[in-house]
Amino acid sequence: MALLDVKNLSITFETPDGDVEAVKGINLSIEPGECLGIVGESGSGKSQTMMAIMGLLAKNGAATGSATFNGQEMLNVSVAEANKVRGADVAMIFQDPLTSLTPHLTVGQQMREVLDVHRNLSGAEAKKLCLDWLERVRIPEAKHRIDQYPHQLSGGMRQRVMIAMAMLCSPKLLIADEPTTALDVTVQAEILDLMANLQKEENTAIALITHDMGVVARMCDRVAVMRHGEYVEEGQIDALFHNPQHPYTRMLLDAMPRIDRPHEAAEVTLTQSENILNVKDMNVKFDIRVAGGLFGKKLPLRAVDGISFDLARGETLGIVGESGCGKSTLARAVLQLVPPTTGSVLWMGRETAGLDRQAMKPLRKDLQIVLQDPLASLNPRMTIAASIAEPLKTFQAELSSNERMHKVAEMMERVGLDRNMINRYPHELSGGQNQRVGIARAMINRPELVICDEAVSALDVSIQAQIVALLKEFQTDMGLSMMFISHDLSVVRDISHRIMVLYLGRVVELADRDTIYTNPIHPYTKSLISAVPIPDPRIERTRPRIQLPGELPSPLDPGAGLRFLPSKRHCDPNYRPQLNEVAPGHWVAEHDSLEEIMETEARQLAS
Amino acid sequence: MLGYILRRLAIAIPVLLILVVLSFILMYTAPGGPFNSDRPLPPEVMANIEAKYGLDQPFWKQIATYVWNVTTQFDFGPSFQYKNRTVNDIIAQGFPVTLTYGFWSFVIAVTFGISLGVAAAIRQNTWLDYTAVGISIGAQVLPNFVMAPLLIMFFTLYLGWLPGGGWEGGQWNYVILPVTALATSYMASIARITRSSMLEVLNTNFIRTAQAKGLPKQQIIVRHAMKPTLMPVLSYLGPAFVGMITGSVLIDVFFSTGGIGQYFVNSAFNRDYSVIMGITILVGALTIMFNLVVDLLYAWIDPKIRY
Repeated sequence: MALLDVKNLSITFETPDGDVEAVKGINLSIEPGECLGIVGESGSGKSQTMMAIMGLLAKNGAATGSATFNGQEMLNVSVAEANKVRGADVAMIFQDPLTSLTPHLTVGQQMREVLDVHRNLSGAEAKKLCLDWLERVRIPEAKHRIDQYPHQLSGGMRQRVMIAMAMLCSPKLLIADEPTTALDVTVQAEILDLMANLQKEENTAIALITHDMGVVARMCDRVAVMRHGEYVEEGQIDALFHNPQHPYTRMLLDAMPRIDRPHEAAEVTLTQSENILNVKDMNVKFDIRVAGGLFGKKLPLRAVDGISFDLARGETLGIVGESGCGKSTLARAVLQLVPPTTGSVLWMGRETAGLDRQAMKPLRKDLQIVLQDPLASLNPRMTIAASIAEPLKTFQAELSSNERMHKVAEMMERVGLDRNMINRYPHELSGGQNQRVGIARAMINRPELVICDEAVSALDVSIQAQIVALLKEFQTDMGLSMMFISHDLSVVRDISHRIMVLYLGRVVELADRDTIYTNPIHPYTKSLISAVPIPDPRIERTRPRIQLPGELPSPLDPGAGLRFLPSKRHCDPNYRPQLNEVAPGHWVAEHDSLEEIMETEARQLAS
Repeated sequence: MLGYILRRLAIAIPVLLILVVLSFILMYTAPGGPFNSDRPLPPEVMANIEAKYGLDQPFWKQIATYVWNVTTQFDFGPSFQYKNRTVNDIIAQGFPVTLTYGFWSFVIAVTFGISLGVAAAIRQNTWLDYTAVGISIGAQVLPNFVMAPLLIMFFTLYLGWLPGGGWEGGQWNYVILPVTALATSYMASIARITRSSMLEVLNTNFIRTAQAKGLPKQQIIVRHAMKPTLMPVLSYLGPAFVGMITGSVLIDVFFSTGGIGQYFVNSAFNRDYSVIMGITILVGALTIMFNLVVDLLYAWIDPKIRY
């Protein structure tokens, strides 16, 4: 008998604009111990399906149909009835580990209450079980961590705590709603490994809700594809990936950028080689106030710590790195949106570091940025046409309002927005459409350099592919240079000529994109690339992963910069690994071999 | 933590000094004086009186003497209006009265305000919610100068249950009406802030996690939702508490309680410089103190805040 059996489930939300049917009569089942992937883009109803089963629908949502767990009905039962099952036999973990734990309770308090409610366990026995689980999800120093508050843990750690808490009562089914979407790739890889192990060891069935076909390929036995609240296709993992029946599944698989195989269309050739931007030894420091002394003290946080690079006309430089590596600060410092502490930025041969607002203004026409959150980065009180027209008012003030509107309409068409949408507001548009507005606004003055700061990260894969294609079109037409910042190495591979890998404010490797992926030299680059899941179950299951020991250290930790060069730690803790050119155009930071790093780390843990 | 408290108290000293100097300058520059009246006094008499109170001295000397007396002897000087009474006397007599009914008003406003707000939020859009919202809007639109006479009319004149004024050393039946009149509008505000804050907290991800853990609803509210709900309530409570315990002139006037609010307004009308200064410093010191208490309570609610 299936563990979870969902029959003809429909979910309707009552909204001021009328009823919205989010899920339209779907059927699905999960067998004990299996991992079912539920895949779809935003709005497909994949999360709501599981929320309904857990009794977590928003107040305006109503579910019909049936969902039985172990033969027991879960839909539309009383809270008390639902509480017998949820948290005990069915547990759930969520997308955003930063906000999913109660901030004012310690890790231990939050875990113990689960045992108290479901197992009637408390005191030393409960504490021991919590500690065991924290150790099983590989939280270092669990004894110490159990008394900490969530904000004292990193995102990856918090997701481990969520998993440990979910596993406390040995549930038969673990529902994971985008469990790794908010995490860095290397952390994602570790969390996925952890879940796969639990599935094997505890024989826990997993319902994995995700938009990422790579994650599915790594984890799942069976896949269900959803779209607009309907079931599109379902199948065993290999069959579905290698022989998808439905065109939508095929489209999803094709749209997914792949790190092992760049899209054919991605061939971008660089003809000119005149440098338009030279950044030399840039440093950005922020003072972080920490406790200590009567008035506290300040520690310098080196967000950008001596970065140098050039950018040629028409070139795209990809910048990758995990959260906290300084990639966004670098972008802002290049544009003088945050003043660099030291170092020089030559734009077309002219020094811009230290220029004041007024002096910078004429240069801004050529220096544009496209930001991550398309909705939040547009003014909600301005129509999209007004947002797009604003740069024209600043830099081409001589245009009459008719000419300006004409240009705006032209640009809107160019980025794939309908002319009729001219009077719409950002909240009336989808994420993809809003990002097109952001791009139109950046492109309307025909800039020389556009920095895309995680410009496609918040978008669905199919939309992501369209936006990347649009950016490439602009580049070919206008000969524009780009800095493309992303944590997603696969997307960066598709669009960039050269790729720069950052680690804690420093460049660890810089090379042309094929070299970076086929012949990475620095251990950090290697581990990043090996952590990216490939949407092909056969490749993904057999691929070796290079795992670095330990967590990403805090940038405030003075020893952090020498994580890959532990042999230098003893002679000069302030030493900065230098870049060496190992082959023409391929720069790698000094580092010890992976084995040496592992050894040192192991020695440190032991002592 | 202790270091933080000491630091905040250290900062309070210059803040109070600035407060003294500013209020002194404001009073000095305002036209008129305590002894101006409709019938002008003979110039010799005027000069005598001014000399007695030191008003003939240059400004810097007046303020220096004042600050010196306050800081070294805690002496706020004689009242200009009430003969033979010092500011210290007036505060010693009026403040305990105000403190009593202010404190009870605070207790009642907080207890009922928070309960009402929480009840309304967890039963959102039910009769309970509508009643609670109705009560708090009703209490808010009835300012205490309407509330006070209504209460007197009903409980004193019509029912004859409670005395309509006086203090009698703070006997319980004399305290009820002033406390009710003062507490209602504060209670209403607290209820509204609590309700909207609780509604917001109930929509957060960690409450969803608590539900997914299968915790009973009561435990979710008390253990998980209550503390974050109190954050915005707390920011309101600091100034509200000072407002309540420094009292309201209206309460003092309607119920003849003899509280300090009455003196404050009278002294402003009569240019009773030393009383104005004394009460201003008192309110200033209380404000600084309660803001510190609120900040310390934040740290209790939110473990991210550590001093």
